[in-house]
Parts: sequence; structure tokens; C-alpha cells
Amino acid sequence: MANNGTPLIELAGLTKSYGEGAAQIMALNGVDLRVEEGDFVAIMGPSGSGKSTVMNILGCLDTPTGGAYLFRGVHVERLTSRQRTLLRRYFLGFVFQGFNLLARTSAIENVELPLLYRGVPKAERHQAASAALAQVGLTGWEKHTPAELSGGQQQRVAIARALVTDPQILLADEPTGNLDSRRGREIMDLLVSLNKDRGLTILMVTHDHDMAGYAHRVIRFVDGVVERDDANGRAL
Amino acid sequence: MLLKSILLALQSIKRNVMRSFLTMLGIVIGVAAVITMVTLGNGATKAISNQIASLGSNLLMVMPRMEFRPGSSSTAQPFENRDVEAIREQIGSLKAVAPMVESSATVVYGANNWSTSATGTTNDYFTASNWTFAAGRPFSEAEIQSGKAVCVIGETIRKELFAGKDPIGASLRVKGFGAEVIGLLKSKGQGGMGRDQDDMIVMPLRTVQRRIAGNQKINMMMLSVKDGVLSDDVVNQIKLLLRERRHVGAGEEDDFEVMDTKEIAQTLSGTTKTLTGLLGAVAAVSLLVGGIGIMNIMLVSVTERTREIGIRLAVGALENEVLLQFMVEAITLACVGGLVGIAMATGTAMILAHAMAVPYVFNPGINILSFFFSAAIGILFGYMPARRAAKLNPIVALRHE
Ligand SMILES: Nc1ncnc2c1ncn2[C@@H]1O[C@H](COP(=O)(O)OP(=O)(O)OP(=O)(O)O)[C@@H](O)[C@H]1O
Ligand SMILES: [Mg+2]
Repeated sequence: MANNGTPLIELAGLTKSYGEGAAQIMALNGVDLRVEEGDFVAIMGPSGSGKSTVMNILGCLDTPTGGAYLFRGVHVERLTSRQRTLLRRYFLGFVFQGFNLLARTSAIENVELPLLYRGVPKAERHQAASAALAQVGLTGWEKHTPAELSGGQQQRVAIARALVTDPQILLADEPTGNLDSRRGREIMDLLVSLNKDRGLTILMVTHDHDMAGYAHRVIRFVDGVVERDDANGRAL
Repeated sequence: MLLKSILLALQSIKRNVMRSFLTMLGIVIGVAAVITMVTLGNGATKAISNQIASLGSNLLMVMPRMEFRPGSSSTAQPFENRDVEAIREQIGSLKAVAPMVESSATVVYGANNWSTSATGTTNDYFTASNWTFAAGRPFSEAEIQSGKAVCVIGETIRKELFAGKDPIGASLRVKGFGAEVIGLLKSKGQGGMGRDQDDMIVMPLRTVQRRIAGNQKINMMMLSVKDGVLSDDVVNQIKLLLRERRHVGAGEEDDFEVMDTKEIAQTLSGTTKTLTGLLGAVAAVSLLVGGIGIMNIMLVSVTERTREIGIRLAVGALENEVLLQFMVEAITLACVGGLVGIAMATGTAMILAHAMAVPYVFNPGINILSFFFSAAIGILFGYMPARRAAKLNPIVALRHE
């Protein structure tokens, strides 16, 4: 895709450490990364290599220890917590590795939640949430609570919740990890079409080479740094 | 934003029925216990002060000393009319001096009979012991002088013998003679130790002496001291006078007793104060226990709440929005719990007050105080953990264990 100057996302020398002193762990060791608008990026790498950490920082859920994170040229690491929340609210969709659905709350209410904080009226909210659940193949499961859904179904509710706001970027941490390969392909087809038709920028962590094959670009993390950055048979 | 928060708070209460219920239970128990106990304590105090008031203020009771020896008990010689006259003449600062003779008597009216006590005295008795007339009149001078067969009856006698009929002018049979009812006393109700103060008839002193007791003795004197006079001084004067009249030698003990009701009142009110204090302490403990209950439930649910807050923040809720929701939730639970507690306390206190025969005294102070105290605990422990969680990075809140 054409580069028109400022990339959508730019990471420069990003670091993240946990703990203090001797017990300190460097989860990220200086990550440099550029993602253009409309890109579809798969992030791979061994367990503990920092994939989730970088996704959380990109999703404004966590703050980096050092380095810069620019979103459309804005230094996110300098924003206030309130500004980061608004960035999440209006631009980002996030799918967690562990789903993070509200307990004892129906699928449709879970999906409606981000719209509620956007101030979308009830009827509209309900309609959009139903449509999002239909997209991930969960029509008929609206009233079920997470405890009444399988892991795969919960994952699809989480995907619907990330997509319902029609975000600019989808950040998905292993969105197909709990799905069988047929369901996984269906979800990937959905993401591909959203990427193509709406220009949704997607960053997705996966362990599965087949799933990574749907992306334009595969980034490989090792020990908290980008080790390889391959365009999936496509020129950048 | 407020509307949104109220909606979310109500949803949250509904979704966590058990947690909400237990939180509310803690508040309900705390509030109900405190209000009930303090209300009953107030009731008991009120009952006792009513009783003291009904005794009449600054009252002295003078009676011959009773000796208890192993195997026998003896009473010193009773008073005479002349003793009463001497006190009336020589001791100033007395409002009323009532000689008294008490005797048990069965009274009959028509087919009804009732066993009660007959007191022979003068009109001073009504003044001294604060009796007021519901109907009729006190004795006339002539009736007192001649020892006429007339009587003033208490409310219980009216209820037992006359049941709905007007007793004034009726003739009662007392110990075989007929006595005209000339007055009805206004009810005083239960006295100390459950004695029914209204269960008695009053007659002129002479009437009882002659017709019932058959002698001239006076068992007791009831004296009422004028307001603003130190009763201790009066007691000393009476003691000196009576010792002389009764020929008590120097160095010998009094053969009579002078009791000051003020002392009785002081003892009684001291007891109620202790009682109220004790109840208050027990109540404070229950409020604390209720508070700890609330705290526990809130702390147990902190992990879940923290994760929930993490989720809400992650999907775009602002810190304030989350806090408002939890605030509304805590306030709602605290207020509903507090109101239920007040309602329960009112019911319980009324029932218990009735059972314990003490008046129900509504105490707005304790209602408000305990309501706000437990509401504060509920809000504090519901809101504080939420506040801490809402300040975290969403990812930290989500990982909370
Ligand atoms: N909250 C934390 N406190 C301490 N260390 C952490 C924390 N979160 C992550 N780490 C460490 O940071 C490193 C990177 O973790 P991260 O979750 O990003 O790995 P990952 O690539 O997503 O692994 P996986 O494929 O298993 O999900 C790991 O060594 C992990 O132990
Ligand atoms: Mg991970």
C-alpha cells in the first residue's frame, strides 16, 4: 500500500520491563515497527517473546517503559490516561488472548458495552450488536452468558465486541487460538473482507502459519525484538 | 452520563444478586440492631422517669422501723394522730402531710367483687402523690372529721366493678359496710415492679381506722416537700422531732425510717443510664459486625470487580464513568439496606417495647446516625476498591488476582 508520509502506527526503540532490580524482566527490548493504514499484519514468535506486551501497548491498555509510540504522528506515550481512553474508545478494537468478557452478562450485552460508552442509543446499539454477532456466526446465542458458551464461542463474542464499533484498527491477540480450523478460516475470511472492503487495519498475533498466511505481512518476535519482517509475497 | 451510570449500576446489582443481597443484609442488620436497642433503652428510661414523676416530686415517706430477727420480725410502734399534727405544725416547708393506713379489703358492687387495698388518708394524699381526678371530688372537711363512709376509687376498680357504668354516687360494699363512691382517680398505670397503682380505693383516715382496722394507728406518713427546699434539711428536722416524740434515747438508733424518693429516683435513673449505655455498647458492636460483613463481601469481590473495571476501561470507559457507576451502586445498596433496616427496627422495637411494657419512643437521632454510619461503610468499601482499580492501567486491572 502506498506510503503517504505519516504511517498509522510507528514504534521506535520501544521497551517494556516488568519488576525491579534483580527480578527485572525485559519484555520488550527496543521494538521498531511501522504499520501503514490498511495493512494486515500477523505477529508470530515463541511464547514469552513479547507479542502480547506489544499488542497491549499498541492498544493503549499498557504504557511502555521507554521509546516512542506514534499513532498518526501523535506521541501516545505522552498522552494522559483520559486521552488514551478516548483513543481506545473511538479508534481501536481489541481482542484479548483471554477474551475478558463480563461474567453473568449476556453475549449481546457484552458486545453492546463499547457502544454504550460511546453514547449510542439503545435501539441502535442493539441492532449493531446483533449484526456483529451474526458476522461471527453467533446468531441465536445473544442471550447466553460466557459461562454458557464454549471457548470458541466466547472468542467470537470477543471478536464481535472488537468489531462492533467499526474501529480503524483491530488488534487481535490470537483471535483464532480456540477455534477449530474451519471456524478459524471463517473468521480469517471475515477479517480479510473487512480489511479489503473497509480498509480496516489489522494486527494479529497467531501461532498458526495457515492463519498468518492470510496476512500481507508477517513479523517475527524473538526475545522482545522484531527478528524478521516479511511481506507475505507482497511489496510494501 | 449520570443516567448511563445509574443504568449500569442497576444492571450490576441485578447481575450480582447474591453479593448485593449480602451487602444489604450487613447494612440492614447493623442499622436494625442499633436502632432497636437504643429505642428500647430510651423506652426503659422513659418508663422509669414516668414512674418517678408519678411518685410525685420531693416526697418523703415516714414509717416505723421494721426489725428482722431470726425467727421473728417486729415493727416499732406506729404513729399517732398527734405525731401528724406535730409535724404539720412544727416543720415548715412541707406542702402536704398525709397520714396513711393501708388495709386489704374486698369490695363488692352488685354481683362483682374485687380484692384490693383500702387506704385511709386525707386530701393531702392526692396532692403528695400527684393524683388527679378523672371524675367526682376529693373528701370534704366534714367527711374527714366524721369518718364518713365515702371512697375515691382507682381506675382498675372502675374497670373491674363498674364496667361501663358511672361509678360516681354508687354504693360499694367494703368489709360489710356501704361506702358511697365520690371520686374516680385518673389512671397512672403500672408502677415500680409491675404493681398496678390504680388498684386501690381511698377513704378518709378515720373511716379506715374505725371500720376496717379497728384502731387509731397510723402506719405511714407521706410528706411532700415544697419546691426549692433541700429535702435533706427537712429530713433532719423530722428525725429530731420524731426522736423526741417517740422518746428515742441519745445514742439509740431511730425507731422509724424517713425515705426520700429523690434518692430512689436517683438510684433508678442511674440504673437506666447504665442500661442504656450497655445497650448502646451492644448496638455499637452489632453495627461494627454489620460493617465488617459489608467489608468482607466487598473485599472478596474486589478481584472480580477489578477485572470488571479493567474490561470496562479497555472497551473505552473513562475512569469517572466507571467510578460513578460503582458509586451509584454502593449508594443504592446502602440506602435500600438502611431504609429496610429502619423499617425492621421500628417494627421490632414496637413489638419488644409492648412485650416489655415500656413505652415506644421514636428517636430520630439514632435513626439518622446509624443510617448514615452504615451507608458510609457501604459506600466506603464499595467505592474505595473501585477507585483504586479505576486508576490502574486496564491491563493491570485485567490481570488482577
Ligand atoms: N505483568 C507481568 N509481570 C511480569 N512479567 C511479565 C508480565 N507480563 C508479561 N511478562 C513477561 O514478559 C514477557 C513477554 O510476555 P508476553 O505475554 O508478551 O509474551 P507472548 O509473546 O504474548 O507469549 P504467549 O505466546 O505465550 O502469549 C514474558 O517473559 C513474561 O513472563
Ligand atoms: Mg500472548
